[in-house]
Amino acid sequence: MIRIFKPTIFVLCLIPFIIIAYQILFNQLGAEPVKQVTHHTGEWTLRFILLSLAMTPLKNVTKILAWIKYRRMLGLFAFFYGTLHLLTYIGFDYQFNFDPIIDDVLNKKFIFIGFAAWLLMLPLAITSNQKMVLILKQNWKKIHRLSYLIGIFAVLHFIWLSKTIFFEPLIYLIILITLLTLRLDFIKFIFKKKSVT
Amino acid sequence: MKLNKFKSSEITPENFYINRRKFLKKMGIVTGTAFASQNIITSALSYTPETERKITPYKFATTYNNYYEFGTSKSDPHKNSKDFITKPWDIKIDGEVENEITLSVEEIKNMIPSEERIYRFRCVEGWSMVVPWLGFPLNKLLNKVKPTSKAKFVKFTSVYDPDQMKGQRFPVLNWPYKEGLRIDEAMHPLTIMVTGLYGKELPNQNGAPLRLIVPWKYGFKSAKAIVNIKFVEKMPVSSWMNASPNEYGFYSNVNPNVSHPRWSQATERVIGENIYSPRIKTVMFNGYGDEVAGLYDGMDLRKNF
Repeated sequence: MIRIFKPTIFVLCLIPFIIIAYQILFNQLGAEPVKQVTHHTGEWTLRFILLSLAMTPLKNVTKILAWIKYRRMLGLFAFFYGTLHLLTYIGFDYQFNFDPIIDDVLNKKFIFIGFAAWLLMLPLAITSNQKMVLILKQNWKKIHRLSYLIGIFAVLHFIWLSKTIFFEPLIYLIILITLLTLRLDFIKFIFKKKSVT
Repeated sequence: MKLNKFKSSEITPENFYINRRKFLKKMGIVTGTAFASQNIITSALSYTPETERKITPYKFATTYNNYYEFGTSKSDPHKNSKDFITKPWDIKIDGEVENEITLSVEEIKNMIPSEERIYRFRCVEGWSMVVPWLGFPLNKLLNKVKPTSKAKFVKFTSVYDPDQMKGQRFPVLNWPYKEGLRIDEAMHPLTIMVTGLYGKELPNQNGAPLRLIVPWKYGFKSAKAIVNIKFVEKMPVSSWMNASPNEYGFYSNVNPNVSHPRWSQATERVIGENIYSPRIKTVMFNGYGDEVAGLYDGMDLRKNF
């Protein structure tokens, strides 16, 4: 099953990239092209972050182990789209003009936290292969708990850039809180079990 | 103009429009353009004409709008305002005046002829357009009443109609939309009431039937679908000031040196350009400094943002 599912999901995860690449190549980006690419890649980064965070709770709730096999791939796609998002901002929006970018990172809290989220994704992407799991052993899990912080940063990034209280960032916030709560309950559950035995 | 991305059926009116403009520029005159039941004025330009920047394609000026009454997405106003009814429409001018009046839009249009003004339009979000508006100086309308000595400011209130404006069913802003100007700003010859654009009647998504345009201020100052103009003594609190006082000030003059908490205002993206086009530098007072800088003599524009 995994053999068929995994490549299928890989291709599905590429669809947002194919869409935006098509729009760039064929000039289909509308009135404000840079913003369109920035929003598209940013939205998909957030979606993949939340999807990757959803795999463990899904495993716990459904008691099906297979979910875990997609966690790494979804996380790497989050990194992929996050990097495209960052490159759009640096390359297309500011044309590699670093003065205003540094100014933004230091002075605009939504850009600061967005950039921080991307930086936190770096060690996770670097240590994502099987070799690293074996090398890092216990520490691997600790490092990869950063994914929750990345989720919080990414949602804050979206909330802070919104002009007023909008529907969309709130949806992401609710999903994030739900996922975090599910994790907390599970940890508590494990903890209780241990203390009993 | 780079028009290759449009179907020929889409570009014809605009293309015709731009050619006509070029012809008129050569002749050294700019006139208003005829449309139904409207007086037309033929006069020389009475403001700094736009020569540096290209006119934004009609398609973008009418499909990429911030008009939260019809939804918070840029494409919402165009989609959701199609059936918005703008006839009949009355505008009341009252407050600190000796003779308050109520006029219909038709009466106003018949009384005051519209002329064409090609203005830069700079949104606080960091993008800009160049739009050929049709309209008349607001002072011509305000002169119909006699303000009392108490009057210091002018407050604009937009329509409240959640049945027709579905964005107003949500508390995105404190409806109805409110804006304000100092009296001297409101009386300034560059401040216009808009009745149309690109030689056509004003589309609903652009603020029909009557909206304000204050070209040296960020776009949100230019209230749409106005129903009430009130002379007041105290500085009005606009809807955006109410929503976020540290982000939106009363003056909101275009100013590249005063950064918004979320957007640097030093540069802007030009609407309708392709993805490889760089940002352009934002100009103080959106390029209208010669005409309006005097209004703010001695004021700290960092404080009065």
